[in-house]
Amino acid sequence: MRHLLLWIPCVIALWAPLYNMTEPTLFGVPFFYWFQLLLIAVSALTIYAADRLRKA
Amino acid sequence: MFDHLNVVATSVFAFFFALVTVLGFIASRWKAADLDHINEWGLGGRRFGPWITWFLLGGDLYTAYTVIAIPTVVFAIGAYGFFAVPYTIIIYPFLYMTMPRLWAVSHKHGYITAGDFVLGRYGNGWLELAVAVTGILATMPYIALQLVGLEKVILALGFSGQGLMQHAPITIAFVILALYTYKSGLRAPAMISFVKDAMIYIFIIAAVIVIPIELGGFAKIFAAADAAYAAKIAANAKISAGVTLTPGQIGPYITLAIGSAMALFMYPHAMTGALAASSSKAIRFNTMTLPAYSFVLGLIALLGVMAIAAGVKVSSPQDAVPQLVLWAFPDWFAGFCFAAIALGALVPAAVMSIGAANTFTRNIWKPFIHPAMTPREESVLAKLASLVVKVGALAVIFLLPTQFALDLQLLGGVWMVQIFPALIFGLYTRRFNGWALLIGWAAGMIVGTALSWGEKAWTPVHGLAWDVPLVGHFDLGLHFAAYNGLTAVIVNIVVATVLSLVIRTQAADETAPVDYEDSAVAA
Repeated sequence: MRHLLLWIPCVIALWAPLYNMTEPTLFGVPFFYWFQLLLIAVSALTIYAADRLRKA
Repeated sequence: MFDHLNVVATSVFAFFFALVTVLGFIASRWKAADLDHINEWGLGGRRFGPWITWFLLGGDLYTAYTVIAIPTVVFAIGAYGFFAVPYTIIIYPFLYMTMPRLWAVSHKHGYITAGDFVLGRYGNGWLELAVAVTGILATMPYIALQLVGLEKVILALGFSGQGLMQHAPITIAFVILALYTYKSGLRAPAMISFVKDAMIYIFIIAAVIVIPIELGGFAKIFAAADAAYAAKIAANAKISAGVTLTPGQIGPYITLAIGSAMALFMYPHAMTGALAASSSKAIRFNTMTLPAYSFVLGLIALLGVMAIAAGVKVSSPQDAVPQLVLWAFPDWFAGFCFAAIALGALVPAAVMSIGAANTFTRNIWKPFIHPAMTPREESVLAKLASLVVKVGALAVIFLLPTQFALDLQLLGGVWMVQIFPALIFGLYTRRFNGWALLIGWAAGMIVGTALSWGEKAWTPVHGLAWDVPLVGHFDLGLHFAAYNGLTAVIVNIVVATVLSLVIRTQAADETAPVDYEDSAVAA
C-alpha cells in the first residue's frame, strides 16, 4: 500500500505529455516548468506520508 | 595570463578556497578515529547522522558539472534540459524502497562497495570484478567533468593562459584537494559540503530573485527564449528546441530520466555517501529532504533561459552560466558564486575518488592480487588509489578534447546502469545466478556501447529501429527514441533472467534474509 503511494509521483513525473504545455503560466513561468518544480515538493511529501504509514 | 583578471572576484574566490582547504585538513580530527582503517578513511566510520548525510549526499550528487551542464542544455535547446527534474523526482521513492535494505546488509557484513555486496550475495568473484571495473570506468570521466566545471569558472575570473599554463589553476586546486583527501578521507568532503551547499543555496536564491527583476519578469524571459529557439530552428531545421518538448523529444526525455535515475546510485560515489550514513533511518530521512536540492537544480536549469534573455554572448554554451553571473552581479558576489561552483566540483571529485579507491582496493586488488590484506594495508592502498584516480582525471583533461570527456561521461552512465540487475534484484531475491548476471552485464555493456557509437560523437539516445549486421533492418514500430542505457539494461535483464532459469548451480550466499530487514523500524 505505502509502496503504491511512492509510485504516484514517479508515474506523473514520467508522463511528460501530461505537462508538456505552456498554459497556464504562473508568474510568467510556463506550466511545463512550474508544474515539475511543484511535483518535486509533492514527491517529498508523498515519501513522508509513506513513511508515516510504515510507522503506523 | 593575468591581464584581464577580475581582482575583486578572484580575491573572494581565493578566500573561500583557502577556507575549505583549512577545513579539509582539520576534518581528519573530526569524529576522531584511526584513519588507518579503510572503514574510517573511506566511509567515515559509518557515523554520519541524518544532517551530515544530507549535506554530504547533496554536495556529492548535485555537482559543479550539473550546475554548468543542465542550464547549458536549457540555454541551447530549452525544455529538454529539464529532464533532470523528473530524473531527480523518481530517484527518491526508489531510494526509499531499496537503500535501507542495502544499508542494513552492508552494515551487518561490513560491505563498503557494491562489489563487496555482490560477492557476498552471489559468491562470484568475476561478477564482483565486473561491478568494480564498471564503477571505476564510469567514475573517471565523471571526475574529469568536475574539472571542466572548475575550469569554466576560473576562465570567467579572467585567467587566460596558453598551452600548459591554461590548466595551471585547476592543477593547483586538484593537488590541494588530493592532499587533504589523502589525509582526511571522507571526512574532508563531508565537512566542506556544509560550506559548499550553503553557498550554492545563497547563490541560487539570489539569482532567481535578482535576475528576473533585472530582466523584467519571467514572462519576458520566456518570450525571449521562445524567440531564440524559433530563430535556431529557422536557421537549422534539424535542431529540436523550444520552451516545451517537441514530439520527438518526449521519448528521450522520459527514458533518459528513468535510465539516469537507475544509474545514479550504482556509481561508487553515491554508494559511498549513502553507506556512510549511521543508520537506515538517516537514509530514509534523506529521501524526504534531498528533494530540496532537486528543487534548486530545477531553478539552476532556469538560469539557461535567463542567460538567453540577458543576451549573454558565448563561444561555448557551457560559458552561459558564468557569463550570466558576471552580467547580473557585482564582482564580489560573482566571486562568491564562482567559489560556490568550484567547491561544487571539489566535493564530488573527492567523494568520487574515494569511492573509486575503495572499489579498487576491496574488489580488484584484494581478491585478485593480495587476498591476505590487513585493514591497515587496505587503507594505505585506498589512499594511494585516490591519488592515482585524480591524476587519471587530470590526464583526461590535459590529453583529450573536452567533448570527448563529455561523451565518455554519457557512455559511463550507459555502462553504470548495467550493474543495476545484480545489485538491486539481489536485494530482494537469490533467484538470479551469478554467471547469468555476469553474461547479462556483458550483453548490456556491448549493446549499450554499440548503440551509442555514432559517426561523429557518442550519442546517448537511439531510435528503436536498428540495422543489425547480417540480420537486416529491425524496427519496433514505436517511432520512439530511447536512452541507450535503458535499452541496454532491458537486454541485460532479459539475458540474466533466461540464463538464470538454465544455469541451476548456485554458489554460497553469505547473507540471510533477516540481514536485509530494516531493523531501525523501532528506532
